[in-house]
Amino acid sequence: MTATPAIEGWFTTGAAPALVGTRCATCTTVFFPKADGFCRNPACDGETFEEVELSRRGRIWSYTDAQYQPPPPYIPAADPYEPFALAAVELPEGLVVLGQVAKGYGVDDLKVGDEAELVVETLYTDETGERSIWRWKPVTEMGQEADQ
Amino acid sequence: MSTSKDVAVAGVGMHPWGKWGKSFVTYGVHAARAALTDAGIPWQDVDLIVGGETVRNGYGGYVAGATFAQALGWNGARVATSYAACATGAQALDTARARILAGMCEVALVVGADTTPKGFLAPNAGERWDDPDWLRFRLLGMTNPAYFALYARRRMDLYGATQADFAQVKVKNAKHGLHNPNARYRKEVSVDDVLGSAVVSDPLHLLDICATSDGAAAVVLTSVDYARRHGLTDPVKVKAISTVTPTFPNTVMDMPNLSTDSSAVAGVPERTFKESIGHAAYEEAGIGPEDVDVAEVYDLSTALELDWIEDLALCKRGEAEALLRAGDTTIGGRIPVNPSGGLACFGEAVPAQALAQVCELTWQLRGQAEGRQVEGARVGITANQGLFGHGSSVLLAI
Repeated sequence: MTATPAIEGWFTTGAAPALVGTRCATCTTVFFPKADGFCRNPACDGETFEEVELSRRGRIWSYTDAQYQPPPPYIPAADPYEPFALAAVELPEGLVVLGQVAKGYGVDDLKVGDEAELVVETLYTDETGERSIWRWKPVTEMGQEADQ
Repeated sequence: MSTSKDVAVAGVGMHPWGKWGKSFVTYGVHAARAALTDAGIPWQDVDLIVGGETVRNGYGGYVAGATFAQALGWNGARVATSYAACATGAQALDTARARILAGMCEVALVVGADTTPKGFLAPNAGERWDDPDWLRFRLLGMTNPAYFALYARRRMDLYGATQADFAQVKVKNAKHGLHNPNARYRKEVSVDDVLGSAVVSDPLHLLDICATSDGAAAVVLTSVDYARRHGLTDPVKVKAISTVTPTFPNTVMDMPNLSTDSSAVAGVPERTFKESIGHAAYEEAGIGPEDVDVAEVYDLSTALELDWIEDLALCKRGEAEALLRAGDTTIGGRIPVNPSGGLACFGEAVPAQALAQVCELTWQLRGQAEGRQVEGARVGITANQGLFGHGSSVLLAI
């Protein structure tokens, strides 16, 4: 069964998933989540945007984890609660995007400045089935895992 | 330095922070009456009341100014109500100051009070798919402490800060607040206590993160002329109130956002948002960071206090740990930070907190901060930041 994105239109779900943002047709500034209506660059009066897929890789700006279950509207994926890591990743488009960290990775696998890649995984399951979300997965160089 | 933009702090008052189980109105009126008594000004002479509102208290909270006015007894004063997240109190103060400086009122009472829930601050109920404050919980499970932890981790990976440094901030503030009658937590804490408490969001422990509290603070502002006419000699004066918004692109991850603006086209601005908050206060006052004797900053987490010390240009970027370790930010040191005990000893009562900072600095500059006095303090600065591009800094001098 294929998971449905937990939020519509924010990311693609193919073999090489990517965040979907918008680019101002006037000043080319990229926004994620999507901006529409009016460009938020104060020097630009643009009102038309095109959708763009953002780079799938970036550098970790910072990271942490959630050792306690966050309050609603967070929907826990498991009972009992399983802590997860979070990362803010700086993309070549010049913006930083938050995300949970891919399953199986924790803060010990992360470092400011290291590379991370976007993946799509299941966030939670409700009566409509599995709901998916973008996550950041640390990029390990060939052989690095064996070294550890 | 122009004196024409000064207003006088005629009186300050607080309701002690804690978990008292009462209505925020009770706390607010207590603080208001204390401030009026401190000022020696009868409530009937107040011609403007400004309330700091909160979004969790229902109807009464949404119209805080009028709620407090009614509770104090309608006196016909003009009314305003402010909401600016953690900067609420400062924005309310700025409203009062502006009317005084415009000659539209002479005596203003500014009140902020809150009754807070237990545990994580969470958004109101209901589905709001266009609200980042709701989405950050639903899509990411991103709590407030998780944002604080991102900033803390950067200090570790970029400047070599340690969890013991963060713990030391708590140790210092706990000691500062020991004799503060308005503080909720008045108990010494050791580095081991902090490091032994549960990790909430790595690298931050439970004791690195401030609690949420009930509390209230009030400030009576008057024109300098009114203060003189009423025999208030040498009052503490408000030199600047900064409530600037960020400058695009806002490149530092801000609560409750899921992303930052892109700097690819517009370029990285000269100052980060938090740097610009303090900078605007210094510019407005014509006073520089080198003149500051004491600071009250928003230690939502211990590590954030270190960020603020640098954002306020009290030292260079990456040097706050060195200041802390040398004892410079302790009372008796070069630039004491959070002599009140800070949020570490108070816990956050959102609409009251920025006013509480002003209360503390007023007592400090008057030499009335018993048991925690920064000797000879003449200039003090506050700083805080809240959700959605709100932040403030108030500069006070005597």
